[in-house]
Amino acid sequence: MSNVSTSSLPASIELARLKAEMPLAFRAPFRVRLRRALGWTGFALVFGWCLYDFDFSPSRIVEGLGRLGTVLSFMFPPHIWTEWDQLSEVLKGLGETLAMAFLGTLLGAVVAVPLSLLGAKNINRLPFLRFGVRRGFDVIRAFETLILALIFIRAFGLGPLAGVLAIAVGEIGVLGKLYAEAIENTSKKPVDGVTAAGGSWLQSIHFGVMPQAIPVILSITLYNFESNVRSGTILGIVGAGGIGFLLSDRIRAYRWDEAWSIIILIVVMVYVIDALSAIIRMRLIGTEPGRRSSP
Amino acid sequence: MTQTSSALAAFETDYRRHKTRARVTFWTVALSIMTLVLITAEFANFFSITQVTLADGSRAERWILLAGLPRLGEYVAKTIPELGWATIGQDLTHWFWRWPIWMELLLETILIAFMATVLGVAGGFLLSFPAARNLSPRPWMVWVSRRYLEIARTVPELVWALIFVFCFGVGPMAGVLAIALHCTGSLGKLYSEANENIDMRPVEGIRAAGGSWFDQMRYGVVPQVLPNTLSYTLLRFEINVRSSSIIGFVGAGGLGQELRTAVSLQEYTDLSALFLIIFAAVFVIDWASEKLRHRVIGLERI
Repeated sequence: MSNVSTSSLPASIELARLKAEMPLAFRAPFRVRLRRALGWTGFALVFGWCLYDFDFSPSRIVEGLGRLGTVLSFMFPPHIWTEWDQLSEVLKGLGETLAMAFLGTLLGAVVAVPLSLLGAKNINRLPFLRFGVRRGFDVIRAFETLILALIFIRAFGLGPLAGVLAIAVGEIGVLGKLYAEAIENTSKKPVDGVTAAGGSWLQSIHFGVMPQAIPVILSITLYNFESNVRSGTILGIVGAGGIGFLLSDRIRAYRWDEAWSIIILIVVMVYVIDALSAIIRMRLIGTEPGRRSSP
Repeated sequence: MTQTSSALAAFETDYRRHKTRARVTFWTVALSIMTLVLITAEFANFFSITQVTLADGSRAERWILLAGLPRLGEYVAKTIPELGWATIGQDLTHWFWRWPIWMELLLETILIAFMATVLGVAGGFLLSFPAARNLSPRPWMVWVSRRYLEIARTVPELVWALIFVFCFGVGPMAGVLAIALHCTGSLGKLYSEANENIDMRPVEGIRAAGGSWFDQMRYGVVPQVLPNTLSYTLLRFEINVRSSSIIGFVGAGGLGQELRTAVSLQEYTDLSALFLIIFAAVFVIDWASEKLRHRVIGLERI
């Protein structure tokens, strides 16, 4: 924006006049500027203290980046398993992760549907019960899946069963909340129609609310399945089944070439699952709704 | 009369056909889901039998779910400390006996989340411009930045943490970098979607006035996406606090390492104390950031 026309002198005089006339259009008032400056200084102080406290020294960063370069170099060429034993182990891990995500999401959804009806304002008219159910969802969501997995490992032993139950219980909190919101966001008009035609309360839910909510519910469930495929890969790190066990084992044994191949396979698997579920969603709903964030 | 009845008959057959098709679809889907459930349940050891010790000391075979449930109850019961009204102060200090260390680690956990969010926002924000189809200066930049963001968010934080703990040593630095990388991936995607939904007219105006690509982004795009960006960032900070509380499991700093020690040393009451601390911290942060988010959105409306 350098070529400001030939008449620069009148323009600058005009600008000076305007600045004198309306200073606030060009500059924020002093108090706002002071508040901003204080905010940024505080931020910089906290950030600087973190850098110091967490020991982000340049030498450490350079050394770490060097090591990271070495680790990354193992990606090329990618390791390819030639023995069936090892390959089948990896494939079994991937399949286990998928199975855990599928079963966990499904079990969670089966429990979450009736609970979400209790948590929806337009269906459950008892405020105490509704708030109780909603706070219950909040409490469940406060537990990380990994922590739930640790608890279930103690009860059911190492293996995918603990992972499935951890995902399922965690999903009750997430899906219950999202389902309840989906049910609350339905239009009241079909319900009025069913009631006006003499339908009972149950019929008004069945024919008025559910047809509107079910596509949203299915779409939410598919999204959460995708996100559980992603998060299911870490459950193995604590021993709850899935590919995470193999991956953490390879990383801890410094077999980086195999570790990278496993990571690439995970990325490919997530890709395929996302694409497939996008196709299913398109067929179910017809249009792609706004994407929710993935954790 | 005959016309109406024939039309009715046509409707009836149509309706019946439609009903039959719907029923066939329903049963096909239901049966395939049932089959998948059975296969995956078998895969996940749902039907396995385990041995339990009965009260009289003999061993018996039980279905794994039934065998595990009492153990689950027992485990949860063990984590509940003994609290008496008369000795409440003493009991609480006994329960939270390591509180000076825990408070320090809690602060570290929150600072890890803070720093990771800052770094993740910086990375995600910078990459969100080349990753947005309507703003990217070159098509190949879209492809490269999108693939980078996808890989960064598909690989879980814990896996990045395992890698970074090897590279940068045990400690919160590895945790910060791991969460920051994952956060870059998630935020970059959200930001770039916000960028794709903007009104292009201000950008075109700046380009027409001779603004460079950076001018277009700074004055044409950023003012439009800033409220959205702030809201996503606060939401992400909450998620990052949760992640940083468990990332210590692999040695990357924060409360997770205490959690790990408590699990492996079977310090049951420590576990419940740590859960309570994390729960309270997450609750307070969620609440505060929700208030802040509502203020941001409210400012946007005015």
